[in-house]
Amino acid sequence: MSESYEATVTDPVSAPMTCDSNPVEEWLRMDRMPHIWCPGCGIGTSVNCFTRAIEESSLDRKNIAIVSGIGCTGRVAGYLLLDSFHTTHGRALPFATGLKLASPKTKVVVYSGDGDLFAIGGNHFIHAARRNLDMTVLCVNNFNYGMTGGQVAPTTPEFAIASTTPYGSVERPFNLPYLAQSCGAVYVARWTVYHVKQLQRSIREALEKPGFTFIEMVAPCPTLFVRRNRLGDGLAALESYEENAVIKNGADTRECDLGMGGPIVCGKFVDIDRPSYLSNQVAHLRKVLGDRYVMPDAWQGVVQ
Amino acid sequence: MNADPRGVLTGSHFLDGDHAAAEGALAAGANFSAGYPITPSTEVVERLAGRFPFTGGTFIQMEDELAASIAIQGAVWGGSKALTVTSGPGFSLMMEHLGYGIMTETPFVLVDVQRGGPSTGLPTMPAQADMMQARWGSHGDYEIIALAPSSPQECFNLMIRAFNLSEKYRTPVLLMMDECVGHMLERVVIPSPEKIQIEPRRYTRKGPDEQYWPYSLEECNNGDLVPPLTKVGEGHFPHITGLTHDDRGYPAMNAKSQAVLLGRLVDKIRNNADDIITIEEDGTDDADVIVVSYGITARVCQPAISRARAEGHKVGFLRLVTVWPFPEKRIRELAGRVSAFVVPEMNLGQIVREVERCSQGRPKVRGVTHAGGAVHDPEEIYNAIREVMG
Ligand SMILES: Cc1ncc(C[n+]2csc(CCOP(=O)(O)OP(=O)(O)O)c2C)c(N)n1
Ligand code: SF4
Ligand SMILES: [Mg+2]
Repeated sequence: MSESYEATVTDPVSAPMTCDSNPVEEWLRMDRMPHIWCPGCGIGTSVNCFTRAIEESSLDRKNIAIVSGIGCTGRVAGYLLLDSFHTTHGRALPFATGLKLASPKTKVVVYSGDGDLFAIGGNHFIHAARRNLDMTVLCVNNFNYGMTGGQVAPTTPEFAIASTTPYGSVERPFNLPYLAQSCGAVYVARWTVYHVKQLQRSIREALEKPGFTFIEMVAPCPTLFVRRNRLGDGLAALESYEENAVIKNGADTRECDLGMGGPIVCGKFVDIDRPSYLSNQVAHLRKVLGDRYVMPDAWQGVVQ
Repeated sequence: MNADPRGVLTGSHFLDGDHAAAEGALAAGANFSAGYPITPSTEVVERLAGRFPFTGGTFIQMEDELAASIAIQGAVWGGSKALTVTSGPGFSLMMEHLGYGIMTETPFVLVDVQRGGPSTGLPTMPAQADMMQARWGSHGDYEIIALAPSSPQECFNLMIRAFNLSEKYRTPVLLMMDECVGHMLERVVIPSPEKIQIEPRRYTRKGPDEQYWPYSLEECNNGDLVPPLTKVGEGHFPHITGLTHDDRGYPAMNAKSQAVLLGRLVDKIRNNADDIITIEEDGTDDADVIVVSYGITARVCQPAISRARAEGHKVGFLRLVTVWPFPEKRIRELAGRVSAFVVPEMNLGQIVREVERCSQGRPKVRGVTHAGGAVHDPEEIYNAIREVMG
């Protein structure tokens, strides 16, 4: 620890800088450590927020399943000590859909990368949001494909460099909160991994809310996106998030586009109520079929 | 275990193969299906969508076949018995998830009602041209189980058998129908539930606080290579991945783990080939020539065989009810005794290659190909029989 760093630790209530064990260890598969993520990668911070959020929430650990696609973020499922599924690239959402329909008592969390959820899996995302099946989608947006070496993603800001756009991407990226809202998500938020407290609280809210809930977690990929675009290291990226973040709960999602070096509008943008797929299904079949409707065994006592 | 009466529509019905297959799934205890419409398979899921609300099941139409073929696997880990149904183009899209099911040892049934291909091909007309895709269509090395019904009754029967095999060997099973059996109407007799044998899913006996590894043989008898399953919510916290993994289910990406895992995955099928394989034989004992066929073509052969027999020729018949794993032991035995095999199939030569491989150059092997769109003219099959008889 450098002297200048020690000198800045003056706040008496701040957490101790060292501890014997990882405070969220009980949620992790410690027998799989060390993990694969690079130093300074933002994925680990998001996992830290997630585990603290489930710890604080009212959820029973046995009834949480985590489903990931493929990518650096896709590896999250493999490190969490929960029922955990590492599926195929882009298909975490349809897997989660089947899982939820078969076991509605399970809180299904899809945790995956921006490429996984919005390029190869984009079609599944729009339909899952439209259906409003109960599930929480946590997307680590690191603006590129980390796992495969930093290729351009549907989230790469205009003119940013990626390995397959060596002179800069000219495509317009998705504005994820706007996309999620227009497809029907009932809860939409964006935070960066600099905003750990807000992110943690937001994840908890999303987990406890019925319906399709979505959080974009802006995170640095220091090895690829950050380095290639000469934005410094992981710490520098966090400093830029602090600087550029504009916290605006209830912001119009149409105004949440992300550009290189521009403002990062953060906050909770959408929090509405809409009948979920399961309750709608049961209510409708009861109406049209009456007593002849046989609810699936696993839905009894869970779906009203 | 007997069938759950909720799904069994006991009685004598006039059904096409697609509807009979749906009834077979219900009788087998299937309670989840995800699909995407495609001719000539759609009637299967249409019937399920209509019937499930009365049997405690769920159908969902997904946004594409990629989604359908993985949604069913999510459902299986959620505790359901599940199937998806498709045809050519959709079968191609499902290949990655067939591999995922094999690698993660997720039991389900995938139905391919074959139509003419490649590409969009002949949407409303039959073919049997996905037989090699069924065997090798997903990347990597694996063994697969595939059954080929010849009639609506058999669509019902083999659907139950497909589910039973998938549970017993904890693996996806393919039901390779074709447009003809899918759309032909015949009498289908559905027995009473106590006459239908169901292979129950084998779940681990471990309690929630005990350590459960999804790929450990700890709870298996000696020689049994099929680890018991769990499902979500049991407190076992399994990790399931399509990456090469160890007994714990944890990624283990090295040559040794790959050899151990793939070795077990293929051996659990290969070592049980005798249990899995069903073939039907008629007049093979003293045959000079044996006609080997499957699916609808096995029926189209019959007039040709009868005619040749009526002329005094010793023509045997062997029907592949199980196509994969291929009954190589039996074909090898017969290859030592006959002068020729004739292999009619509605493709340009797929299963005939297997017959050739097992024949090792001894008897003549004569394929009778057809590009699809219609069944063979029995005359062509008759001519092939006469030709090999010299
Ligand atoms: C069908 C298929 N296509 C391509 C790949 C290769 N691949 C693996 S991860 C990945 C991109 C992941 O990007 P993202 O979802 O943003 O995750 P990150 O690594 O950035 O967290 C790709 C293209 C694959 N595994 N499967
Ligand atoms: S490549 Fe990027 S996203 Fe992947 S672990 Fe490294 S820093 Fe994180
Ligand atoms: Mg990414």
